[in-house]
Amino acid sequence: MSQAAGLFLVDEIMLVAIDENIDDGDIVALQDRLAEEVHANDAQGIVIDISALEIVDTFVGRIIAQLAGIGVLLDAPTYLVGMRPAVAMTLVELGMTLPSVRTARNLQHAVSRLRSGR
Amino acid sequence: MNRLPRLRGQLFERHEITVEKDIVRARQAVGRAMDGLGAKAIRKTRLVTAASEIFRNGLNYGGGAVALIHCDAGNRMVWVDCIDDGPGIEDMALALRDGYTSGTGLGRGLGGAKRLVDEFDIVSEPGVGTHVRLAGRA
Repeated sequence: MSQAAGLFLVDEIMLVAIDENIDDGDIVALQDRLAEEVHANDAQGIVIDISALEIVDTFVGRIIAQLAGIGVLLDAPTYLVGMRPAVAMTLVELGMTLPSVRTARNLQHAVSRLRSGR
Repeated sequence: MNRLPRLRGQLFERHEITVEKDIVRARQAVGRAMDGLGAKAIRKTRLVTAASEIFRNGLNYGGGAVALIHCDAGNRMVWVDCIDDGPGIEDMALALRDGYTSGTGLGRGLGGAKRLVDEFDIVSEPGVGTHVRLAGRA
């Protein structure tokens, strides 16, 4: 996989930064890599930052939901942060409300919620 | 295949979509076209998202496609054509219905794209190909 997504372990939390140029293959590869890394590093939570993404279409939306699902199964609660307002509006218009995905306003919020076990 | 009428306005960019990275390049070009007309974030996001859906369809179902992006500055519209010579769509009403998918998507691709744009047109003929046209006002 190219530099389309970065994974960083910070204080037992896996941070995932998704690049604007990520393509379908990259994001599918990210699923595998994230699952491996969370397991290998015993991460206690996952925060996915999509602030670089100009759009989230149905394909990327579906993968994000799957990433969160994988996190839950690995006992690593997953938060999505950084969604642009126009992206949120467009996703709702598409009917993709991502009900299974927990969101937080920013990285700090996500980390403090993970720390307090919510 | 019945052809959609020729577009007025200036050709902004033309992209061949043969690999996944081309979807990214072509949708970013749609974004630049909207920026060129001074589009607001929400209008740009809607059109770029819809374009991403149809470009992916062109690649995954059409076996590759050509994307044509036109700017109509007078009407402040960006037009996006996605043309493939793939297997075509047998049942158009079904394909446009929300929730339908013949592939691996969530089934909101084509119907969802239609809902996000100001103009939507599609012609398809089994064995000949598919031509989808979208437009968004800046």
